[in-house]
Amino acid sequence: MSLETLWFCFAALALAAYVVLDGFDLGVGLVSPLVAKTPGERTLVSASIGPVWDGNEVWLLASGGTIAFAFPKLYAVSVSGFYLPVMLLLWLLVFRALGIEMRHQMSHPLWEEAWSTAFWVSSLLIALFLGVALGNVVRGVSIDAEGHFFAPLWTNLRVGDETGVLDWYTLSVGVLAVTVLGMHGALWLGHRTRGPAAERSIVLAKRALWVVLLLLALVTAATLFVQPLILTSLRARPLGAILPVGALACLATSGFSLRRNRIERAFWASSGFIALLFGSAAFGVYPYVLPARIPEHGLTAVAAATSRYALTAGLSWWIPGLVLATGYFVFTYRKLPRGLGEGES
Amino acid sequence: MFRMDALAYHRFHFGFTITFHYLFPQLTMGLGFLIVVLKYLGTYRNNQVANEAARFWGRIFGLNFVMGVVTGIPMEFQFGTNWARFSERAGGVIGSSLAMEGLFAFFLESTFLYLLLFGEKKLSPKMHFASAVCVFLGSWLSGFFIVVTNAWMQHPVGYELDGAGRFHVNDLGAYLTNPWAFVAYAHTMTGSLVTGSFVMASVGAFYLLSKKHTEHAKLFVKVGVVVGLLASLAMAMPTGDMQARLVVKHQPVTFAAMEGHFKTEDSAGLVLIGQPNTETMTVDNPLVIPKALSFMTHQRWDARIEGLSDFPKSEWPERIPLLYYAYHAMVGLGTMFMALMGLAALLLWRKRLFTTRPVLWALMLALPFPYIANTAGWMTTELGRQPWIVYGLMRTEHGSSANVSTGNVLFSLLGFMGLYALLALLFFFIFTRIVASGPNAPSHEGKHEEAHA
Repeated sequence: MSLETLWFCFAALALAAYVVLDGFDLGVGLVSPLVAKTPGERTLVSASIGPVWDGNEVWLLASGGTIAFAFPKLYAVSVSGFYLPVMLLLWLLVFRALGIEMRHQMSHPLWEEAWSTAFWVSSLLIALFLGVALGNVVRGVSIDAEGHFFAPLWTNLRVGDETGVLDWYTLSVGVLAVTVLGMHGALWLGHRTRGPAAERSIVLAKRALWVVLLLLALVTAATLFVQPLILTSLRARPLGAILPVGALACLATSGFSLRRNRIERAFWASSGFIALLFGSAAFGVYPYVLPARIPEHGLTAVAAATSRYALTAGLSWWIPGLVLATGYFVFTYRKLPRGLGEGES
Repeated sequence: MFRMDALAYHRFHFGFTITFHYLFPQLTMGLGFLIVVLKYLGTYRNNQVANEAARFWGRIFGLNFVMGVVTGIPMEFQFGTNWARFSERAGGVIGSSLAMEGLFAFFLESTFLYLLLFGEKKLSPKMHFASAVCVFLGSWLSGFFIVVTNAWMQHPVGYELDGAGRFHVNDLGAYLTNPWAFVAYAHTMTGSLVTGSFVMASVGAFYLLSKKHTEHAKLFVKVGVVVGLLASLAMAMPTGDMQARLVVKHQPVTFAAMEGHFKTEDSAGLVLIGQPNTETMTVDNPLVIPKALSFMTHQRWDARIEGLSDFPKSEWPERIPLLYYAYHAMVGLGTMFMALMGLAALLLWRKRLFTTRPVLWALMLALPFPYIANTAGWMTTELGRQPWIVYGLMRTEHGSSANVSTGNVLFSLLGFMGLYALLALLFFFIFTRIVASGPNAPSHEGKHEEAHA
């Protein structure tokens, strides 16, 4: 495996960790109006992620830093090319954080209602955005011959050469992301809390699973139609099929565990499903890190990477850093209570 | 006359968001240390008031931390959104310290912050003290990685340039041990201690003057004044002095602009106040200490100091008057901090501080000034680096995103201004509520239980 491929895997790993971990925070947020009906239940739902959401969001920063370091050209071209959606995402992240952290600062019904609403609306939109972002990367963007682009928010909603951030394909990935993360968040609430909100979450997760299956089939078909590169990748490296097959196996495990009411296991299986689904997309576009609508303008890992020395030296801090971070997470998640009830922390 | 091009918008965008952001981390880092001091007194000296004080400042720390997080995340992505050509060439270098900040500092900080704020009843006192130490370490490590990143832009080391004009790390050790980074780090961290201790002393003075929570207030003032005096002194000597020497050595043109020193001369005087006039190349209405600039810089009264006139205009920092004022505001405020804290410490030692109302008033009203001084200090650093984005190697005008139009930059700039105005209101509102409720108020844990009892 080349150094560039290894760092591509690292960057994908950090991003997958973000999507899985902050994914359940977002899922909790977006299902909260459906499962939490009283102020006490809303407090409980918010308290279940209170200790972890910030650490989970750090994975976004760690991913950003890793990409900026290992693939500076990818970082520069994509973050500036997606200027408007990146800014909107940053603003939504501010509201999500305020939604969680401002609510308990004052006990007044209007204050609490305002921040609960900010929490679920921003979580819903961020989940949609993350799906749209993934859809954009998989579909490819209009990179010009000099290697740059600036994506308008929308053009005609069709997948053409002059394409915007929003089109029917990216929106469909966005909707899939909302259902997948909603199910993921409901599974978190189903085993980390107890009471009526937890019971509603379990019912919701069971229903969401079927929607996920249906949407997954549709979006997969659309993806193969929109980005033929994925089939080429699979033919060149058939072993990569492990990723989508593993994702399906995880989803099935999640479904069977749910049926037997083993909610925690269903949650971890859903984490595996999300990570492997993300991994499948990353594998599918490789060796590109940012495919273009005109294939030869696409940005490859090798073209985007920093020097060999820097990538080699980078291993000496990135790997210990990852081990440390994993250690903190194991520590935190073991300490966190399961079956949290109202009024407990 | 007042025309802004795309580059100016990009600069103002970053300048505005980073200035607002840094209002919060400076208090996070300063308070992070002070909370360790309070927890130490509470845990190992069995001082109950100190334990309650740590809980009280923990609540303010938590609020401040959230504001730092939500304004900090946009910073990491603005290198890409607004400075794409810089990121494309230098991302391989600065990205490494940004990634390290996430991996080594933020995970540590976020993991233990929750235990510090909510774990007091579940953890043993020693483990709770250890959590405070970890939060302190995490916040100070994050400061280190950011200063390393900035130091490379000020004084690039440990890099190589490839044929395509891109920078790569070729000596990671040299990059992380950049001499500029160590000096700037010491100076910046001391600055954060000044902010933290002034805020603590200010709240204490407010309680003393309003005759509330007197026991806690005395502790706040005592810790604030002792740490505040030491930090204010260290701000000037040795950290400020070392920083100035580095600027003289590596950015002499910046030094001349900061000091308002237009023409090369022997026995140069130190300009205390006055308005720099770039048209006549003089300082208007100057108040000068003769020969002092030569002596302070080279320890010789007759030493020669290069003035701006000795450098080509293309290498001058573009905003000389603003740079000059930023530097003078920082130094002037720093001098007043030493005087105020020196006087307060003297009174504290003579056991008269808690009854000397004028000094308590001064301590209370001093709260905003460390923020101004820290901001002015960073403005000095960043305006002084101009016209370079990587000193001597890459000019700022070549670093902005060429693919992002002015209208789009203004859109996000206005968005951030509105959003940050909301954040400022929220912070003030909740901060004053916490201060009004006082250090005896139940903690988060207590409130939760009460609400559902």
